[in-house]
Amino acid sequence: MFTGFMTNTWIVATLVAIAAGMVGFFVVLRRAAFAAHVLPLGAFPGAAAASLLGVSELAGIVVFSGLGVLGISQLQRWDRREVATALWLAVALALGTLFLSMTSEYAQGVYALLFGEVLGVSSRDLGAVAVLSAITIAMTALLFRPLLLDSLSPELAEAAGAASRSLELAFLAVLALATAMALPVVGALMVFSLMVGPASAARLLTDRPRLALALTIMLSLATVWGSIALSYLSDWPVGFFVGALAGLAYAAGRLGVARQGR
Amino acid sequence: MTEPAALSVHSLSVSFSGRPILKDVQFEVAGGEFCALIGANGSGKTTLLKAILGLVRPQSGEVRIEAGAGVARIGYVPQKISIDPYLPLRSRDVVALGLDGARWGWLRRSAAREARVQEMLEAVGAVDFADRRVGQLSGGQQQRVLIAHALVRRPRLLLLDEPLANLDVRSTAEIVALLRRLSVQYRTAVLLSAHDMNPLLPVIDRIVYLASCCAVSGKADEVIRTEVLSRLYGYHVDVVRVHGRVVVIAAHEPEEIRAALARDPVHTAQVP
Repeated sequence: MFTGFMTNTWIVATLVAIAAGMVGFFVVLRRAAFAAHVLPLGAFPGAAAASLLGVSELAGIVVFSGLGVLGISQLQRWDRREVATALWLAVALALGTLFLSMTSEYAQGVYALLFGEVLGVSSRDLGAVAVLSAITIAMTALLFRPLLLDSLSPELAEAAGAASRSLELAFLAVLALATAMALPVVGALMVFSLMVGPASAARLLTDRPRLALALTIMLSLATVWGSIALSYLSDWPVGFFVGALAGLAYAAGRLGVARQGR
Repeated sequence: MTEPAALSVHSLSVSFSGRPILKDVQFEVAGGEFCALIGANGSGKTTLLKAILGLVRPQSGEVRIEAGAGVARIGYVPQKISIDPYLPLRSRDVVALGLDGARWGWLRRSAAREARVQEMLEAVGAVDFADRRVGQLSGGQQQRVLIAHALVRRPRLLLLDEPLANLDVRSTAEIVALLRRLSVQYRTAVLLSAHDMNPLLPVIDRIVYLASCCAVSGKADEVIRTEVLSRLYGYHVDVVRVHGRVVVIAAHEPEEIRAALARDPVHTAQVP
């Protein structure tokens, strides 16, 4: 499980876990769990389109994640946040249905994209994933203070000169990058569980913002590493372990709250 | 008034999609002055505060903040905000975000910053809950923390939107006394909005009264008068003093209400 072929897998998984943890912290604080579900699911038709056109899957996912960011933020000008988010998913899934109907030998690939296939990360993707994760981590660090202030109160952020609309757009862009990285590994249906599980638990365990972010990343690493190892040993799908460990992390957080007596 | 005005509003008009909210509003707040912005719900108090902050673009008119001081020199406490009880931010983190929360970058830490935050927490009486999650504090406690957040950069002007709404009688009195004291201590001009002027009347230097999209301002006993407010409302109102409290009563329903009642006879029966 640590042989040459698997080394790439561990590196990619580690980068994915760090990026997903950092972004997930703000997904939970900004109450954006629905967007964290919709962006990956709406990006998965991009992979289908890419395979139809014979180009890189990751490129298709990046393009559709980007379209998702533009689509959701444009729709948000006209309608409520969750309605805007849901409408983008409706359109993206419609396209996904169409693309899938055009190919007959795709069932295995679709399954991998929805539920993850960690062993399938090729060395060609490694460079792309490294670049994407560096950008994601840098952008989250750069946006850390304004995003924190905005999750306390958008009005306070706005009054202090951080426009909520620009922050939302920047945040969706970072979310899309993390999505594009995480999707091929943990699967479109499971990306949001990796983002929501560790962060929701970490914020229960500490009231300090920086410590909460560090804990989120640690829990995210534990979730991803644990999922890969268990999947390798048991032959059960990675997605199962990602979701189950996310749930366990939250349960541990609740236990921590109960012990503090609050 | 030798001190320069901390805030001057010149014939400010704001309308949203053709509907006028503020018409030709004009007043000044002198440096260090403690000023109440009074008006009923929906009279445009929040819009006026947002126009002063530069978040609402006026149709005409101008807002001037004391010369040399930009928008960042205004402290702001928004109307009641709802905070996730598990948001990982303690009171002292919220105050620290007042220093540079809108600027890009990582949370910074230094002895000087921590000393400023601590001093501010002491000034607003928030030391006892400085290390508790802000989302789990009571309304009055949250209000103190948000005031510290707004004042930590020592602005020359502090704006508060309905800081007394949702507070019990005791907290209301405490927050009013606190704001008065801070205004003197930091020589900050304060403009706070409220729909009930009574808790504020004993301490304010000036009142800005909003009604029918317009404003009058002056000392409280110059403004809170039957003839002044009747002119402002555009119909007769009575200023009545009962047990040391002031109540403004419309002698008869204004035209709009009577017209609405006439259109909706079911509700007419329910009006006392």
